[in-house]
Amino acid sequence: MAEARADARGGVRTGLPGQRAGGPGGAPGGYGPGWDRPDSSVRRAREAVRAYVLIVRMWVRSTMAYRTSFVLTALGNFAATGLDFATILLMFSHIHRLGGFTLPEVAFLYGACSTSFGLADLVMGSMDRLGRRVRDGTLDTLLLRPVPVLAQVAADRFALRRIGRITQGVLVFGWSLPRVDVHWTTVNVLIVPMMLLSGGVIFSTVFVVGGAFQFWAQDASEVQNSVTYGGATMLQYPPGIFARDLVRGVTFVVPLAFVNWLPALRVLGEPDPLGLPGWLDFASPAVAAVCCVLAAAAWRAGLRTYRSTGS
Amino acid sequence: MGGFYGAVVTRGFRRYATYRTATAAGVFTNSVFGLIISYSYLALWHQRPHLGGYSEPQALTYVWLGQALLTPMALMGGGFEDELMERIRSGDIAVDLYRPADLQAWWLSADLGRMGFQLLGRGVVPLACGALVFDLTLPADAATWLLFAVSVLLGGLVSFAIRFLVGLTAFWLLDGTGVSQATLLTGLFFSGMLLPLTVFPGVMGEIARALPWSAMLQVPADVLLGRHRGGDALLALAFQAGWAVVLLALGRLLQTAAARRVVVQGG
Repeated sequence: MAEARADARGGVRTGLPGQRAGGPGGAPGGYGPGWDRPDSSVRRAREAVRAYVLIVRMWVRSTMAYRTSFVLTALGNFAATGLDFATILLMFSHIHRLGGFTLPEVAFLYGACSTSFGLADLVMGSMDRLGRRVRDGTLDTLLLRPVPVLAQVAADRFALRRIGRITQGVLVFGWSLPRVDVHWTTVNVLIVPMMLLSGGVIFSTVFVVGGAFQFWAQDASEVQNSVTYGGATMLQYPPGIFARDLVRGVTFVVPLAFVNWLPALRVLGEPDPLGLPGWLDFASPAVAAVCCVLAAAAWRAGLRTYRSTGS
Repeated sequence: MGGFYGAVVTRGFRRYATYRTATAAGVFTNSVFGLIISYSYLALWHQRPHLGGYSEPQALTYVWLGQALLTPMALMGGGFEDELMERIRSGDIAVDLYRPADLQAWWLSADLGRMGFQLLGRGVVPLACGALVFDLTLPADAATWLLFAVSVLLGGLVSFAIRFLVGLTAFWLLDGTGVSQATLLTGLFFSGMLLPLTVFPGVMGEIARALPWSAMLQVPADVLLGRHRGGDALLALAFQAGWAVVLLALGRLLQTAAARRVVVQGG
């Protein structure tokens, strides 16, 4: 319903984003000459968010039509993500420290990572449905609507049940806070929200790049799980237990280390196994911003290669 | 009739073999997860050598076996049960019940075909990847591998039998998503996918090891790791076979009860 309303309001604008003259010359994501005014990118971003919110609201309303089903699936989501923490608890039934970290410290890492990932999963998690839309050609429908495709794909079948994961992450994080041995200076207190938000943004950009990747990969959509879910699993543990090359990979190639490892190590007062300069602990927002730019470029490149199914 | 169900097995195999890129992607993801979990196990076994009776290489072998058996045993779902539930919900099941093929045997054959392909397609390569990166303890004698093959087959039967029961609940619930999800979580926890069941503390460990889910990963892994020798190995296989028989029989009972419930439109 809300989707139809968005259609009707923007119906005058035409042009397929897939065919627009994108690339370095064009305004970022601009639809055409009319949108190249200085304020156009801001306005377009606002439009995109508005469209996203409208579509999300529609899906939430549709979810709430089956309230019991929603509660049960949200609980299921909560329990499913809790299994990872159950593993950690089982491990700690045999040991007191894992990779030099106590249980509250691991819970701190786990909670931060799960909360960030949960946020990204809620906002952008529908991106992994894109492969199916590319395969069966239903992406055409989205291209015809005068709403940014990214907003439509990200809001597609918005799954409110994913608040289960966030809840679980927040609970574990909350449990860890009074138990970790941290001197809560102003800097340390400020790092926490910065870490959670930047982490959410970084994971979101990974979802977007994963989505862009599906324009080429199609059937290979499972590969992105190794970065998203695999990365989220890895970040739950102290970096010290992994091979150095693996840690370098998630620092410099896919910058997941900035989600929670580097800022959390600063808060916990633990040394970083790569011995990186200290200021990098505060670099998460900058890294998140760079990720956004790269993800946007990847998304546009992916969208341009889209050719519908059929002849 | 054997030829008929044999044909269903072959078609099940081919159906999954069609998606090669998806299989390759799955292998890649399994390997990445194997790598990550391996390091967490290494950290644990570094602190507690011989935890659960496993040496470090044995624990790593366990990780990669878990990745290899994850899809064949449908521990994360993705087997036939969603399709069966959808057919029950839509009423197509009435047509299936009229066919001169037994419902349980039909789906079992199709699922065995799937399992066969996924063992080859998604099982062998991750295990080989693991063996390349880490020092694994894989047996050199053919007898152990043979026992392992039997154990995997029996585990597959138990896995099928449980999912068949889950699928049939749709006759009563129509939407079996909740049951499906609950079984999935139980399965992940009690199969030993998170940590070997020998590491579970106290009574919980004993219960976990006695439940049917242990037949899907814990028992096959222990057979391959040579923890069951001689008569012990036969006992382990008998444990799996016992659960397979009980659960398949339950499925048969439930199927009979369900078939009586079917009311075709206007009928």
